[in-house]
Amino acid sequence: MSKLSRRRVLKGMLNGSAVTVALPLLNCFLNDNGTALASGAPIPLRFGTWQWGLGMSEAIFVPKKTGPNFDLPAEIASLAPVQKHINLYTNYHVFKDAAPNLCHHTGWVILRSGIAPLNSSNKPGETIDVTISRKIGNATRFRMLSATATGDVRDSFSYENGNTVTTPEWSPIRFYQKLFGPEFQDPNAAGFKPDPRVMVRKSVLSGVLEETKALTKSVGAEDRQKLDQYFSGLRDLERRFDLQLQKPDPIEACKVMGTPEDVPQGLDADLVAKRHRLMTDMMLMAVACDQTRVFNMFYAAAFSGTTRPGYDKPHHTATHEEAVDEKLRCQPHVSWYTRRAMDEWAYYVQALAKIKEGDGTMLDNVFIYATTDQSFAKTHAIEGIPMFSAGRAQGRVKTGLHLSGGGTPGTRLGYTAMKLMGLDVASWGDQSNNTSKEIGEILA
Amino acid sequence: MTSKQYTLTISHIFGADIAESVNAPLPPLPRVDGLLAAGAASIGLNSDQLLEVQQAATRIAAEVVDEEHRDFLIPCKPASAEAADAACARAFLEQIGRLWYRRPLGEAKLAELVDTAGSAADQLKDFYAGLSSVLEGMLISPEALYIVDVAEPDPQTPGEYRLDAYSLASRLSFFLWNAGPDEELLQAAERGELHTRKGLERSVERMLASARVEDGVRAFFDDMLGFNKFDSLAKDPLAYPAVTGATLADAREQTLRTIVDHLLNKQGDYRDLFTTRDTFMSMNLAVIYGVPTVNGWVPYEFPEDSPRAGLLTQVSFLAEHAHPVRSSPTLRGKALRELFLCQKVPPPPPNVDFSLLEDADASLRTARERLKVHASNPSCAGCHLITDPMGLALEHFDGAGHYRETERGAPLDTSGNLDGTAFEDVKGLGRVLHDHPGLPTCLVNRVYSYGIGGPLSMGQDREILAYFHELFEDADYKLPALLRDVALSRAFSQVRAGAAPAPAQPATTTVQVRGETPADAR
Repeated sequence: MSKLSRRRVLKGMLNGSAVTVALPLLNCFLNDNGTALASGAPIPLRFGTWQWGLGMSEAIFVPKKTGPNFDLPAEIASLAPVQKHINLYTNYHVFKDAAPNLCHHTGWVILRSGIAPLNSSNKPGETIDVTISRKIGNATRFRMLSATATGDVRDSFSYENGNTVTTPEWSPIRFYQKLFGPEFQDPNAAGFKPDPRVMVRKSVLSGVLEETKALTKSVGAEDRQKLDQYFSGLRDLERRFDLQLQKPDPIEACKVMGTPEDVPQGLDADLVAKRHRLMTDMMLMAVACDQTRVFNMFYAAAFSGTTRPGYDKPHHTATHEEAVDEKLRCQPHVSWYTRRAMDEWAYYVQALAKIKEGDGTMLDNVFIYATTDQSFAKTHAIEGIPMFSAGRAQGRVKTGLHLSGGGTPGTRLGYTAMKLMGLDVASWGDQSNNTSKEIGEILA
Repeated sequence: MTSKQYTLTISHIFGADIAESVNAPLPPLPRVDGLLAAGAASIGLNSDQLLEVQQAATRIAAEVVDEEHRDFLIPCKPASAEAADAACARAFLEQIGRLWYRRPLGEAKLAELVDTAGSAADQLKDFYAGLSSVLEGMLISPEALYIVDVAEPDPQTPGEYRLDAYSLASRLSFFLWNAGPDEELLQAAERGELHTRKGLERSVERMLASARVEDGVRAFFDDMLGFNKFDSLAKDPLAYPAVTGATLADAREQTLRTIVDHLLNKQGDYRDLFTTRDTFMSMNLAVIYGVPTVNGWVPYEFPEDSPRAGLLTQVSFLAEHAHPVRSSPTLRGKALRELFLCQKVPPPPPNVDFSLLEDADASLRTARERLKVHASNPSCAGCHLITDPMGLALEHFDGAGHYRETERGAPLDTSGNLDGTAFEDVKGLGRVLHDHPGLPTCLVNRVYSYGIGGPLSMGQDREILAYFHELFEDADYKLPALLRDVALSRAFSQVRAGAAPAPAQPATTTVQVRGETPADAR
């Protein structure tokens, strides 16, 4: 299509009556179980991740009992109110194979990409959220959302490739603006009038697409890859413009909160918790409003620098420099930090439980994958690295279970998540982390 | 472009108020060989990051044409505000386009943009809305956001390639001003002057004399000193109640002011930055330094008997390289070696036995006593012996940079040695660092790497670096001379081996995407 005809089409459409009409709903998506929105649109299945830092104190973290109604040792006692909504996975391994054990890096990179990194700046493959967003992230305003409670934009556990790391939102106010600022289309707003400027924007964008294509032709392979990525990003913008021209279906659960308060910089555990809660609430509301179907919340960095008032060692330093108290069977300060993380994990799951969707809650319509970077951080151990999941993935997952992996790959949980999200993958992970075996015990 | 380059470029073209009304939408860069600038060439943008770029573009474009700005920024008035006006659109887009794309748009491209602005104006029944739509597109163009190096055969050395005049103008401008070229530099490129020695000299001198060079010097040192850490740095309010976010922001600013004043205004010797008692003081910082001051930033000289002299004793260095609750001789020593001497300190091995570090022994009151264990343990000693002696010299300053006479009541021994030269106290350390042969060498390496926008290759760059070092020494280690020498060198304007076009390519011109960028999103 020549540029002239493109503009002619644009003009014709703008001068016509309807710019675009949403697709009619198909009856086959509806059912009698209430898994539909007020309007009748199906509630989408979503994928989330959650990350905490520096693992656990095994003796007071791993329950003695496996299966349902497992005991809650001291370090995870705060999970009692959400126990029925989560699964805990212990005794699953990640394998570094011939690669070195890279402190606070190897563990999370394997659980999120399936591949052992070769050095501390290496980010092999892509992370699971990116993979899943390619499948289920195409129908929403954001392909995925990420936020960190640390206040540091560099604390990310998500990447498209080694050179493209996801930038999490680090400020509650900025996050609010991004989600619910002027570009937000409230699905429950009374009227809807397509903005003619969006049509114009789309037309202008096609010029940029052509420019990018032309530039791509004149560069070498490495730069071409970057420009191809840019081109895909522009295409994605085009898709978002199309979305803006459609009237969104009303969503009962979508109730936007007011602007959050500002949280000062700092890693004091109380500040981190405050940031985590504000951002969790906003992120989950954005999910409820169907602004995204893939979302990452990072509670702490890998070298977690969270501090405890009145104690001179941040979390990471404490893991190495605090002695194990034989009576308490843990490093007391380190365990305090882990307990604070578990408090926040409980908050996050409860926040999911509080959002009503259909006859149930958001927990019925999500699968959340929670990971960390070490099992026992003091010695940089990665064997038996603990994981959690939350949510029932629209009835496909049983919850309230403690699973012991028997030393099998931890990547099995990520692989299970991919299958739940409808990805057609025969296996996931590299070398010893490769698996084609889901964790069948949790499947309904 | 980096975040800061984006903001400065927007500010130069459309004004500071518009630039500051949006957050630079570009993601943070990875640090490569000590510089974020060297990591810029490798970074890519994912689709959600591109959405941020687009949203910033929408806001900027809307502000440029709003009633408050249009009369200043658009050089003409349309015949009707409710319809297309090709001549007026052309005048605006031609002027803005050159500055934003850093080269003339070309007639075909300009005609296309004018045409698009016209259709959009007709459709929206608003000349300004039409113009703003086209501007939005320009602001998300990869040709502008990526710094594209266009190469051409070098007539002086057949077989080699040099940057074309506009690419050279961009390289000069991002190097010296941390922003895109101004109209005068583009005109010099257009006239072919940048490829003549005299013409290049004229432009470089003009750029070094411009007030914009302060932006360039600030950006370089902010990068080299790892000041992006201040974006998330905080201190424990119980341990250091006087240290707020504003204090730390001022600490960063104090060091940058000291550097700019010493290196640019006073044309001082770079090495003297490590011994100078001259700095600037703000009210927030005066609390930490324990000195009286007045409101605002004022020049300040530490008394001769003060323990403070040089960058190592400024709050920025002391607080950045410490824990939230306490000092860290190891982090400070590591930073000194890596930031100022371009040395690399390896990370601790994963299987290190930490049991010796367990802090049950309350009788160890000072860091020196506690760190002895590192020096006596072979698996730790290798690295700690190269970091701790320098860091321990700074132990009279706590984790936030306050002076302390003792630690937990115990006297402090701040003597040590740096690569074989002994010193008695922190001022001695400053003097030893001042005379360390690695200090100016490191700056030369960083400046050159920063200028060409990529990591150095010791195989390829050894000779040119040695040459710059000699010139720097001859110029009494004055920074403007180093900037000038690098900017005027052939190496700066040439395309590095390996980046030249493939022989199979028929075109005589090739394009190499050098950098993208954005630094931290704050």
